[in-house]
Amino acid sequence: MNGMVSLTINGLVVSVETGMTVLEAARFMGFPIPTLCHMDGLSPYGACRLCVVEIGEAPRARLVSSCTYPVEEGLIVRTASRRVIRARKMILELLLASCPQSKIIQDLAAAHDVQQQRFRQEYEDCILCGLCVRICEEQMMAKAIGFRNRGEKRSIGTPFDLHSDECRLCGACMYVCPACQLRCTYTEPEKAVCGGCANLSPPCIEKEPFDDMMCYMTPCVACEIQKD
Amino acid sequence: MRLHSPDDLKTLQAELCNNGHWTGRTLIIPAGTCGRASGANDLIRKAREELLRGEFAHLIRVRVTGCHGFCETEPSILVEPDGLFYPRLKPADVGRLVEATARGEIVEDLVWLDRETGARIPHQRDVPFFKKQRRTILSRSEQVDPEDIDSYLRNGGYSALLKALEGGDPAWVLQEVKSSGLRGRGGAGFPTGVKWEMLAKQPSTQGKFLVCNADEGDPGAYMDRSILEGNPHSILEGMLIGGYATGATDGIIYVRNEYPLAIKHLHIALEQARGLGLLGENILGTGYSFDIQVVQGAGAFVCGEETALIRSIEGQMGEPRQRPPFPIQSGIHGRPTSINNVETWANIPIIIEQGAEVFAETGTEHNSGTKIFSLVGKIRNTGLVEVPMGITIREIVHEIGGGPVGNAEIKAVQTGGPSGGCIPASRFELPIDYDGLAKAGSIMGSGGMIVMDGHTCVVDVAKYFMGFLKDESCGKCFTCRKGTQRMHEILDDITQGRGTHDQLDLLEELALVVKDTTMCGLGQTAANPVLSTLRYFRDEYLAHIDQQRCPAGVCKPLITFSINENCSGCQACAKACPADAIYGERKQRHTIDTSKCIKCGTCRSVCKRDAVEVA
Amino acid sequence: MEAVVDEREVVAIVDRHNAQCGGLIATLEEVQTVYGYLPERALRVVANITDHSLVDVYGVATFYRSFSLRPRGRNHVCACLGTACHVRGAPMVVEELERRLGIRAGETSADGEYTLETVNCLGACALGPIVVVNGTYHSKVEAASVKKLLKKTQPEAARLASEPKVAVSSL
Repeated sequence: MNGMVSLTINGLVVSVETGMTVLEAARFMGFPIPTLCHMDGLSPYGACRLCVVEIGEAPRARLVSSCTYPVEEGLIVRTASRRVIRARKMILELLLASCPQSKIIQDLAAAHDVQQQRFRQEYEDCILCGLCVRICEEQMMAKAIGFRNRGEKRSIGTPFDLHSDECRLCGACMYVCPACQLRCTYTEPEKAVCGGCANLSPPCIEKEPFDDMMCYMTPCVACEIQKD
Repeated sequence: MRLHSPDDLKTLQAELCNNGHWTGRTLIIPAGTCGRASGANDLIRKAREELLRGEFAHLIRVRVTGCHGFCETEPSILVEPDGLFYPRLKPADVGRLVEATARGEIVEDLVWLDRETGARIPHQRDVPFFKKQRRTILSRSEQVDPEDIDSYLRNGGYSALLKALEGGDPAWVLQEVKSSGLRGRGGAGFPTGVKWEMLAKQPSTQGKFLVCNADEGDPGAYMDRSILEGNPHSILEGMLIGGYATGATDGIIYVRNEYPLAIKHLHIALEQARGLGLLGENILGTGYSFDIQVVQGAGAFVCGEETALIRSIEGQMGEPRQRPPFPIQSGIHGRPTSINNVETWANIPIIIEQGAEVFAETGTEHNSGTKIFSLVGKIRNTGLVEVPMGITIREIVHEIGGGPVGNAEIKAVQTGGPSGGCIPASRFELPIDYDGLAKAGSIMGSGGMIVMDGHTCVVDVAKYFMGFLKDESCGKCFTCRKGTQRMHEILDDITQGRGTHDQLDLLEELALVVKDTTMCGLGQTAANPVLSTLRYFRDEYLAHIDQQRCPAGVCKPLITFSINENCSGCQACAKACPADAIYGERKQRHTIDTSKCIKCGTCRSVCKRDAVEVA
Repeated sequence: MEAVVDEREVVAIVDRHNAQCGGLIATLEEVQTVYGYLPERALRVVANITDHSLVDVYGVATFYRSFSLRPRGRNHVCACLGTACHVRGAPMVVEELERRLGIRAGETSADGEYTLETVNCLGACALGPIVVVNGTYHSKVEAASVKKLLKKTQPEAARLASEPKVAVSSL
């Protein structure tokens, strides 16, 4: 079923392969859509909602996450309508309110002209985008970490919070993390991978001394900074 | 015994009717979960004892059934064929009742007492609660012993299946359901016939699934439990007809595990139906095969959402996924799947039996048939009410429900559970149908109708729903997970008297974005409780913010308890107070030490003289 | 009080459910019925012999509310917090239960006597607030009636305290 479908993106009629997502089609045409939980090579997940676009026509127009929505014949897509922008700004405000220390989130917020957040400030180190879970399962074939619990108690980690036999300490989870968290630290530093350098952000560096941890990058910028 | 042809079934039905023909009276005792919680088991035991003791067994029989709907008056007894209704019985009353029934008399002082006129109303059909209802589905629960398939067959059970199979034309069945105009009773109101037609058209080499969604998660709604407990075979029959019409091969009933009695009755029903050859291979020798299994949930509201429900049936976490592809195209294990609600399934045998035209006569255009609501909260008559679509809220609340409790004034009803909204008393003339409720900012939902009076704080209710949703959200979509948490945070601030006008604006702004940007129905409707209360009760929010006052006297940080001059000094409150905050001499007016008071409300609930005030 | 897990029993449970729809959830439900909770060892066995990974099994075990990863008390008290119960004062009932038992909802008392849980709706809305004590439904519970309700359960500690005083002193 490798036919083509045509759809309208921001008024432009385009023809793309079936099976593509709206995000892929829009990016292919050069329309920028911000994402946090999307990564080429990993299955689409639709968790961060930053990539929402407006589809259909009023009064039945609605927002969908472009990274998970498949292209359809005749679909009308707007990637930057007022409704989309309003939603995106609120999402970034929520992200800033929870995870202000992430450089990636800060940059996104700045790029979308989000100057302040109006909620009670939290300092969480995970936005549950699930990139680490997917890279661990899909690229590293390990399945050492996964989602646990639900709702506000949802978290990512290993079963029982114990060192996982499946974990090969590859560090991929930390490499992809947009929120900058030191993962896999558990209780035994010598079995953990240092993630200090992956995101280069201050909270990580303040957290723990990395001396005992295994390091998969040389030179390690984080360690260098700490030495100063 | 296995039935090998439609004629076998007809013979069996006829035999059961003849052998079971009963000219005496029957004491019908509802014993669903609600009945048992209020002591129906004692009543049953006592009734059986009395029958033995008085040697009335040739005159009177006892039939234990599921819930009839008027749960608040349970344990109760309905006497057939007279239709006498005895509410709120004590085991001690049963002896008199049995003796009078044996003589064909009415026990005047035990029948319904109309509080307004002071008159005694012996017949169920005349009791105001029942009078305005159109009990098509619920009345069947009075006739059927849920643990006995013979009882169902005797009452014409599986005749609709027989009619469908004998017609020999699945397309006709499909067309009947379509022309009946039946819309999904789970909440969204999608036309059932259209859904089935889509399923029937789906190509599949590995079979198709029909699912009965009995994950009735909306807190405050329990009609599905009542049907499953009271008449499980009607669901099996509905699904068998559905399987025949759509070409589906497998049926699954997904029940929430909070309903142990429903699960038990379903298992019994499945076993009995299978034993008779009404389920499985080559049903009644017609070549039609269909089997049903029960899958138990494990406590997750989000699993009522179709894609999450499918994940759960597959044994995974109940996380919804993007649609398309729709379950109709790719559902359980990738096979085409149609999911319908319990009440929808219960309507199917009725449609086939009566014919689509007769069914569509009830209700209004585009909203045919009856709908069961669970009328609960601050209302005099609580229970399940089955009414024709298009009836007004006022009729349900004031005529069937009997209006407010005590002197309070009803200010709103909340429909649709956590996904729904509040409708203020000023709009009670609104006819209830899918589209009307949506326009008023609520939804039909599965049919929960929670009545709120002057002692219910709408901000507190909105906070309650948000607290519910932040726990029940699967947590996948950032805006649903964080959005519900942040809305709860703001509502909490407001109920604590810390809220600001800026926060109120932010709450509204956030609510609209949560509605817009989440993937599944849970998130998309999560903002409704906030948006609808803001729309109709903004002044109550403002009272919390501007005056640090909770007009309903609910939000603890904003209220104080005190004792007024009604106090007789009986000391009941002082003894009950867990914080030892009440003091006063015997026969003297008591005082509450506000510095010690933990505002638990115990004093108010033990006081018999209305002497505890909240301001 | 970790339960001792008999692996053969877990294997037998898995065999009963694995092939069916909803197999994993049904398996865990039965494991919980046997042990009163989901012991770590049992979950590892389930992951080993089914094609679900441990991450999946653990995810399911934590996602659904009816599963508990910690041993539960001898007496199980469950309060309904559905909407109808809420507007009729269920939060005060829960607070009173918490105060009397000295634990928060979701916790088990240190002596292993009581587990207090809340549930989002039991579907007996006309009779709220509902509290289920060891499987028995109690309707129209008020904060003031909590004390009486708990008296019906017989805490091990209280029984011991009232009976063997002589025995203790003779030691």
